[in-house]
Amino acid sequence: MTATLEPTTSVVGTAPSRRRVPSTLRHGLSLARRGIVKTIHSPEALIDVTLQPVIFLLLFVYVFGGAIAGNSSAYLHFALPGVLLQTVVFASAGTGVGLAEDLKTGIFDRFRSLPISRAAPLLGAIGADLVRYLTAGVIMLVFGFALGYRTVASPLAVLAAFGLVLAFAFALCWVFTALAMVVREPRSVQGLSATIMLPLTFASSVFVPTATMPGWLQGFVAINPVSRSADAVRALLDGAPAGGAAAISLLTSAVVVVIFAPLAVALYRRRT
Amino acid sequence: MHSTPAIEVDGLERSFGDVRAVDRISFTAEKGQVLGLLGPNGSGKTTTVRMLATLLPPTGGHASVLGHDIVTDAPAVRGRIGLTGQYAAVDEALTGRDNLYLIGRLLDLPRRDAKARATALIDQFGLTEAADRRARTYSGGMRRRLDLAASLVGRPEVLFLDEPTTGLDPHHRNEVWDAVRTLADDGVTVLLTTQYLEEADQLAHDLVVLDRGLVIASGTAAELKSRAGGRRLHVRPERPDEAALVAAIVASDVGREPTIAPSGEVVVGTPDPLALRRVEERLAVADIAVAEIGLRLPSLDDVFLSLTGRATAGATA
Repeated sequence: MTATLEPTTSVVGTAPSRRRVPSTLRHGLSLARRGIVKTIHSPEALIDVTLQPVIFLLLFVYVFGGAIAGNSSAYLHFALPGVLLQTVVFASAGTGVGLAEDLKTGIFDRFRSLPISRAAPLLGAIGADLVRYLTAGVIMLVFGFALGYRTVASPLAVLAAFGLVLAFAFALCWVFTALAMVVREPRSVQGLSATIMLPLTFASSVFVPTATMPGWLQGFVAINPVSRSADAVRALLDGAPAGGAAAISLLTSAVVVVIFAPLAVALYRRRT
Repeated sequence: MHSTPAIEVDGLERSFGDVRAVDRISFTAEKGQVLGLLGPNGSGKTTTVRMLATLLPPTGGHASVLGHDIVTDAPAVRGRIGLTGQYAAVDEALTGRDNLYLIGRLLDLPRRDAKARATALIDQFGLTEAADRRARTYSGGMRRRLDLAASLVGRPEVLFLDEPTTGLDPHHRNEVWDAVRTLADDGVTVLLTTQYLEEADQLAHDLVVLDRGLVIASGTAAELKSRAGGRRLHVRPERPDEAALVAAIVASDVGREPTIAPSGEVVVGTPDPLALRRVEERLAVADIAVAEIGLRLPSLDDVFLSLTGRATAGATA
């Protein structure tokens, strides 16, 4: 064979900094920034965490509130913590849809052909979505206050409630990420997510006291992690002791992450 | 001198269920070479590129890029390659500059270097005006160029281009071709897949022809063309009604019956390069005005037809 010249270093050659140990976290943050910029520049993508929950709260408080709790204001007090949780839980389903959409374009192929951890693009997407969840939660709470919601809880308890909600959404978004890897088609991901989320959020203590439900349903409500988390968030926002419910909620979130995060990453790696 | 080939493919295979998309193919690309992977849709080109770029694990065989095994040493491969896929892999919500900056950051370039690299590539690919516009406003050609630029942020030594001009108009296609030529001149090894024979002919030193997952031929464009039947003598008389006369003169010289096209063009295969001059003299003696005459190698379209018995999808390109 003929001798070929080594490519000139001015054009080719590995940048020295490239030899450092790749940091999944740093790359994840760079990608999260991409996701946030993307969200900011397509405000329509924010509707599910802004306008939608607001409309939801209005409908529930003024349509069902009187019938359930006697008057709208009493119902607002009961429902706001649960609706806060429900909003963020629904937003976490959006993570799966968004990923399925991203995966249909070539951009993830580019990320996968780079010398970065294969988990970094997933972390980036989820990191950006945590910001979305937080936005949704703040909007919900501010809007609740505007409607007349008041709490005696300390700022620390409010922060703790937010923490619980975000932890729960973070855990669930791994479930939807795994789902997106298996189902692939964004529309199907959306449909399946709704099918999972509706019974989980409605067959819970989010919207109504559970005493009037039939026994078998009460059994489901009792083990439904959404109920446990809603109870904890409600207790925290009421300034009531929330230790037990909060611990159960956090434990549930942790178990979900431990199962679904590795599963999602493995499915993502295997994806072709 | 012995040096590691840029790309070495040995019996590489990939099945999807019962379908063998790539069937034990082998080829080699030396450093600095532009290798064309030529074949119609579904011939296994994209599957091959995806395996070499470590996006898809093979189901059999081996391949290495710059000496790194694509399976066991995939991270090392990723550190030295660039990939531009069939569909422009740019983030439409980001500006052109931010797309390149993001890749730079993912490649661990310090902020300032990532910025400088993005600016340099934007200038190099003629995107200066559009640099701070969102990629969704870009034309198809601009998007491809941005995509190509994105695959170059890390100064790859081996670049995979999967049908880089599919769907582009001729003007934008030429822009991409010029960019590829510049890269090749700079010493980057390029593996280019295409279904356009003209593109392969324009850009690639060497060609590997794939059909239904199999390598059916390989060699330089000239070698492949000569394999398709050697030189052809073409004569087109000024007046088409003189074609029969021309055919008779050609036949008596070459010793074979030529074909006559509706345009009046007379074509015959001949191994003898001197036939051209002799036929020219005899046409002059016979006082026949000639519009076109020459010896031509067959086009790559002829090559594909002779190798597979089928015309290509892009045969009119």
